[in-house]
Amino acid sequence: MRSYYSDHMTNDNEIDPLNSLATRLSHARESSGSEAPGATVGSGVRQGLGFAMRIGVELVSALIVGVLIGLAIDYWLGTNPWCLLVFFVLGSIAGIFNVYRTAAGLSQTVGYRANLKNYSNRSVSREETEGNKDSG
Amino acid sequence: MAESAQSPLAQFEIKELMPISVGETSIAFTNSAAFMALSVLLITLFLVLGMRKSSLVPGRWQSMAEISYEFVANLLVETVGNEGRKYFPFVFSLFMFILFGNMLGMIPYSFTFTSHIIVTFTMAIVVFLGVTILGFVRHGWHFFSFFVPPGVSVVLWPLMIPIEIISYLSRPVSLGVRLFANLTAGHTMLKVFAGFVVSMGVIGGILPLAFVVALTGLELLIAFLQAYVFTILTCFYINDAIHLH
Repeated sequence: MRSYYSDHMTNDNEIDPLNSLATRLSHARESSGSEAPGATVGSGVRQGLGFAMRIGVELVSALIVGVLIGLAIDYWLGTNPWCLLVFFVLGSIAGIFNVYRTAAGLSQTVGYRANLKNYSNRSVSREETEGNKDSG
Repeated sequence: MAESAQSPLAQFEIKELMPISVGETSIAFTNSAAFMALSVLLITLFLVLGMRKSSLVPGRWQSMAEISYEFVANLLVETVGNEGRKYFPFVFSLFMFILFGNMLGMIPYSFTFTSHIIVTFTMAIVVFLGVTILGFVRHGWHFFSFFVPPGVSVVLWPLMIPIEIISYLSRPVSLGVRLFANLTAGHTMLKVFAGFVVSMGVIGGILPLAFVVALTGLELLIAFLQAYVFTILTCFYINDAIHLH
């Protein structure tokens, strides 16, 4: 498990209660069916719901920002309503891109191809990409 | 008893507990501020007292404190990597503050400060500005390459760059609005259904009462989930700022 646990364990004289606890824990885990010790119960459900919560607002927020920018530029330049129309469309596109990025698992980074590569690398081995990402 | 027909939105009213004003501006200590202070106090008590004994085999309370720590630490390391560790204090404070705010709001007669858009939006702006500054500090002017999507021909840049900028600026809006909208909608819905229980009498009120019970469970889930979503998006943004493509 964690390094600080193992450090404590080696220093600790009372190793027996810990061992019995470890065996009991592993038995409990086997019976409950969850294998990963770090995973909390229903982490898949939590991630799915968190994902669902994010996606709707992404669409609307970009639209709001687009409309606000359009209105602001119109206000300054007196170009009613042209900038609003243009930025409304741009905002909708940005919103759809946001949703696409979230759905494709690209997190929030701007850009697509590089992140797709990054993403697949990261899911394969996070440790290896750690050094590459700094240089890139 | 006289004022039984209260608006379901009355719970979001800001009340001044201690009127203070500097010049013309009022900086009164409101019920919102009181609950923020209370949540900070509770977080401190929860963590400090929970870790007081810090035994090797944790008790229930210590276990809860450790789980909340490890939950955020794992989230940060999973999304950002080991470089993310130095932002842990900020992310953890943010998570605990929102979580406790949401959970305190679930107690009847309490006030939910996360149901005010000014609070959530301020937190979102802090995250947004912090992440933008972080990106600038780490990458300098190269940070603007963030807005140029790779693999797109130069002809499309005039179209793509405004879209990417809008997309980037929409981050604080979506962060703030999501938390605010979920909490406000949920609490209003609870109040509306609770109102049905009273108005439909003993027999007719059973169904809405069952609904309120179910909704309370759902709201508890959402209270946690929204804190989680806010935190994980903050982690994503920190990751984006550190690792530009």
